[in-house]
Amino acid sequence: MVLVIILILLVVGSVVFHFLSPWYLTPIASNWGMIDDTLTITFIVCGFVFVAINLFMAYAIYKYRYRKDRRAAYEPENKKLEWWLTAFTTVGVIAMLAPGLFVWAKYVDVPKDAMLVEAVGQQWRWSYRYPGADGILGTVDTRNVNASNPLGLNPDDPNGQDDVLVTGPEVHLPIGGPVKMLLRSKDVLHDFYVPEIRSKMDLVPGMITYFWFTPTRIGEYDVLCAELCGSGHYSMRSRMVIEEENDFQAWLQTQPTFAQMLAGTGSASGGTLVEQGEQLARDQGCIACHSLDGSASVGPTWKGLVGRNETLIDGSSVLVDEAYLKESIVNPSAKVVKGYAPIMPPAQLTDDQLEALVAYLKLASG
Amino acid sequence: MALTDVTHDAQDFVPAVEVEEVELYHPKTWLGKYVFSQDAKIIALQYSITAMAVGLLALVLSVLMRIQLAWPGALSFITPDAYIQFVTMHGMIMVIYLLTALFLGGFGNYLIPLMLGARDMVFPYVNMISYWVYLFAVLLLLASFFTPGGPTGSGWTLYPPQAILPGTPGSGWGITLMVISLVFFVIGFTMGGLNYVVTVLQARTRGMTLMRMPLTIWAIFTATVLALLAFPALLVSCIMMSLDNLLGTSYFMPAIVSLGQQLDYSGGSPVLFQHLFWFFGHPEVYIVALPAFGIVSDLLSVHARKNIFGYRLMVWAIVVIGGLSFVVWAHHMYVSGMNPYFGFFFATTTLIIAVPTAIKVYNWVLTLWRGNIRLTVPMLYAIGFVFTFINGGLTGIFLGNVIVDVPLSDTYFVVAHFHMVMAVSPILAVFGAVYHWYPKITGRMLNEGLGRFHFWVTFVGLYCLYYPMHYLGILGVPRRYFSNVGPNGLPDFIPDSAQFVNIWITIAAICVASSQLVFLYNLFASATRGKPAGGNPWGATTLEWQTTNTPPTHGNFGKELPSVYRWAYDYSVPGAEEDFIPQNVPAGKNTGQAS
Repeated sequence: MVLVIILILLVVGSVVFHFLSPWYLTPIASNWGMIDDTLTITFIVCGFVFVAINLFMAYAIYKYRYRKDRRAAYEPENKKLEWWLTAFTTVGVIAMLAPGLFVWAKYVDVPKDAMLVEAVGQQWRWSYRYPGADGILGTVDTRNVNASNPLGLNPDDPNGQDDVLVTGPEVHLPIGGPVKMLLRSKDVLHDFYVPEIRSKMDLVPGMITYFWFTPTRIGEYDVLCAELCGSGHYSMRSRMVIEEENDFQAWLQTQPTFAQMLAGTGSASGGTLVEQGEQLARDQGCIACHSLDGSASVGPTWKGLVGRNETLIDGSSVLVDEAYLKESIVNPSAKVVKGYAPIMPPAQLTDDQLEALVAYLKLASG
Repeated sequence: MALTDVTHDAQDFVPAVEVEEVELYHPKTWLGKYVFSQDAKIIALQYSITAMAVGLLALVLSVLMRIQLAWPGALSFITPDAYIQFVTMHGMIMVIYLLTALFLGGFGNYLIPLMLGARDMVFPYVNMISYWVYLFAVLLLLASFFTPGGPTGSGWTLYPPQAILPGTPGSGWGITLMVISLVFFVIGFTMGGLNYVVTVLQARTRGMTLMRMPLTIWAIFTATVLALLAFPALLVSCIMMSLDNLLGTSYFMPAIVSLGQQLDYSGGSPVLFQHLFWFFGHPEVYIVALPAFGIVSDLLSVHARKNIFGYRLMVWAIVVIGGLSFVVWAHHMYVSGMNPYFGFFFATTTLIIAVPTAIKVYNWVLTLWRGNIRLTVPMLYAIGFVFTFINGGLTGIFLGNVIVDVPLSDTYFVVAHFHMVMAVSPILAVFGAVYHWYPKITGRMLNEGLGRFHFWVTFVGLYCLYYPMHYLGILGVPRRYFSNVGPNGLPDFIPDSAQFVNIWITIAAICVASSQLVFLYNLFASATRGKPAGGNPWGATTLEWQTTNTPPTHGNFGKELPSVYRWAYDYSVPGAEEDFIPQNVPAGKNTGQAS
């Protein structure tokens, strides 16, 4: 009897929770409302089956509860009933699969006029590339990746010279037109994931993957990594900014092309030394692993860093001063703090940039 | 009544073969009886105890993860690296070293010979070796906790490249030991698995036709066949990844710049590993689920005092599900970067599986209908299984339907789904089975009151734990995150209230985890202090309840093996004196059937 009541409570509770839950799909910001619709259809069909079978089971348990004088029926099979149930289930499955495949057919069919944007993943930060004035992305090869060519473009490919590179933490997109996201990884698997867009796709080293969508709502959205990619997976973030065409073009103009980057011009950022340092800490992905508020993370926190005595993995200790900071930025594996893995990549910075970053570090240290 | 195997007639009795029975080798020493035993029943206990011990460790790991998610930073030793190491070890232990070992090595070993009327497995010596190789695999796995860098943190899927690159914890010793441990597991399992298959096909007693076997045996048999076909894919992918790691081959490794360092790999495909892994990984789901299906079918029938509804369809459903499970693997890879057109094929095959699976659910519920339901502890667990399996099965339709999977994949919806369907429901089936067969194994009943308490906390607790988790996933919260708070704080789309759900889940998890202590206490205490059970406390028809001794001695049955005259589900037969007729009772008096 208790079981019957609990089963009914669980069924009713589940349904009530579903309708009252404040935790549900985020407001959509792309053309993929049809994905939400198929999800709703699936919820209706599955919800009906869930409620019907469980309530029937609860009723059966109540009606046929043990009685000394009762004898169960002897009924090995009932072909007619079994056929009906099979047919009914098949119809239900088709009702969910057919709309699903219909939407999938649209999902895999990328519009010819879609704007190309490339997202490049590495442990644990995002970079982006736009095709530039010629509309063609230059060829790439992971073997070309080095300090002055972080995205591995082919320096001899004329199509790549005008490609716009964004190593900062934001990708901008104009509202209203279809976008084909091309995805590429330099090291391990990642996954480009913006919940409000609905679609997502893995980044796989050695190949280029893609998906498409049309941005439909102006705003800023978090970009997350949805495929486990190592220690800093949870903090591999970026922002997607959806804006009017004019704003987008204005922003694009401020980003350097590949040619400019090779020539060392175009990344002239203004502001004070500390502001430049703060920008660098974001662009270089430092803050994915080093927290600013003292919380535990992949690398040591920056809060209270300067002047701290750190114990190193070889047991010796070191006072964190400007010299140690600079050494650890340029050659991180030289003196690794105890309790942390030697996984920080050496930063490739000019002397000015190094000064700026250290200035910011001192400020962040507090 | 069209079922040929239900009723007895003169033709279906198979006469004894004119071969003298060979006396079993009976061990003479304590060591031979209880440690290096060749008795399937002892080996079953060894498998079960080892699996549950290592499962307890995985349970503790899950509680630690939940504490970090509910109260970030509360336990300072849980670093981001430690967290994903816990995630990995929890998953790997639970799926392979607990559930697979317990269902096949544990229940398979105990029940196959007894339920089929055999003296033992057909290769007792190989059976013994199988356990010791499994134990060695477990020890290797545990050893990885004590290596430099700790165990691997690559997720239980062990995806390269990250599994063998320095940005992942345990990319040196950890992953190497993990892979070697899996290789030994597969070797050990293959020895056991061949044994189970040959025993089912060759060692059934007189009259035990295939279509008279209890569904438990059908399910364990089919699951074993699946495992024998699926584990080789895991074996080769593990070996190939180790070659990439240790010898510098490039099966799965393309050109890579890892943490600023150009690596010497080129041309390999990470997606190839995923195909191999999931060619094993999806059948693995059914290797765990099918035995649970079979066990629950039998528990429902025994305790509802009614034959299982639609036995033949149930057998075919098991076989069809097993077969289909080999052509759906890429539904784990809809967003992996494989050719998107594969989505049409794999979504269709995946949703076709829903049909035989739904038939099983209907038949379980219809078995209860017009029964005489005794709500014993095993029965409570069986019903708990059906309830949670319906929930987990239905959310599988969301994830199998390719376009619906896209927003949900890699979120907590996936975590909630696979826990409901392959953790909660199978473990409820395991508990039901333990409460059901414990009287046969020990000769004593488990304490009923403690059993009920354990059931209510476990069943209600687990449902309240996993049901809300689905909604975190629909919201979009990604899985395998040490913390939702990234460098820029909480992502905009996650409201602060989501943390309530996390705390709620963690509290439920702690309640459920601690209630397992009650279960363990019951297991130990009842072995000596439980109520004596007698040979057949539930009034069951299958052969393991008809042994001359309880617990059964070496050789299982008395001087002569039983002969089988009927199917396994003759409950409440009209005209029969009792409400069950054991399989080894011929037609005649008391059965209501003419001899």
